[in-house]
Amino acid sequence: MDSELSDQPTAKRRVPLALKILIAGGFGVGKTTLVGAVSEIRPLQTEEVLTDAGAGTDDLSGVEGKQTTTVAMDFGRITINSDLQVYLFGTPGQDRFWFLWDELAFGALGAVVLADTRRLADCFPSVDYFERRGIPFVVGVNCFDGAKRFGAEAVRGALDLDPDVPVVLCDARSRQSGKVVLVALVEHVAARRAERVSAN
Amino acid sequence: MRSEAPGPHHDWLDDDAGPVVRPYTVTGGRVQPSAGRFDLVAFVVAGPPEEDRDGVPQLQPEQRAIIARAQRPITVADLAADLNLPVGVIRVLLGDLLSSGRISMYDPPTSRQFPDDDILKAVVDGLRAL
Repeated sequence: MDSELSDQPTAKRRVPLALKILIAGGFGVGKTTLVGAVSEIRPLQTEEVLTDAGAGTDDLSGVEGKQTTTVAMDFGRITINSDLQVYLFGTPGQDRFWFLWDELAFGALGAVVLADTRRLADCFPSVDYFERRGIPFVVGVNCFDGAKRFGAEAVRGALDLDPDVPVVLCDARSRQSGKVVLVALVEHVAARRAERVSAN
Repeated sequence: MRSEAPGPHHDWLDDDAGPVVRPYTVTGGRVQPSAGRFDLVAFVVAGPPEEDRDGVPQLQPEQRAIIARAQRPITVADLAADLNLPVGVIRVLLGDLLSSGRISMYDPPTSRQFPDDDILKAVVDGLRAL
């Protein structure tokens, strides 16, 4: 590894590339479980503290008039090689943290929307968000024990997804299954990119 | 692993009790960094070791901890997790370190072409090989 360090004369050390993938979906759908299943580190929760510059708070003189809130964000890491790392960020499940999504989504490679067929509507906001932002996503249908299983096409129809959006049945607890979902996402990103190139 | 603390032992001061000091105490109450944007996956690299020992303001323990971890490139998110501090606090501390030239920041590329096909293929291959 040391032999690679001379490639960037200005940087003291070679800085790896980090790709960001979001894990979204409704509250309790298995986002933390999925991050933990595929991450090489135990799922870390890093708390984001926010200033609430909401309505009625137009005092810009300092922090005195602002509120702070904490929200836990899950994150995990997968090292592809010494130059390439994938970071997984679980989005906050509660609706009141929507404004955090913009930061999480900035520069993101894509997203996995986890769906629970017993509460499919919970993932509508996530699907809507990524569609509107033009962020590539796949839907992972987390097949809970005992949950009635629906086929991928039934879920696609219920969510009114574009035909090219992959729907993958998965088990969020399984590392192997989580990998399959992530591979589906990255391949979807690559396919979308190829389309864009050929369209130009 | 917590060594015996001097003074009376308080049963309620365990790890579950959360931080005893409010997180923004270490930033002097500031919530906005003095410089920089600090994406969650931006890398922090410590600058060369300082030659001048005198005359420079002493770093806080948290800033020293950042410098120590940033001897190798480390992301903002990893720093927050390692130091068990909110990302917002880490950003303020990084802003001060950046302003004083003690660290360099490497933001992730954001062009529409990024990442290119080779990188995507490497990610797919890497994920499959896990």
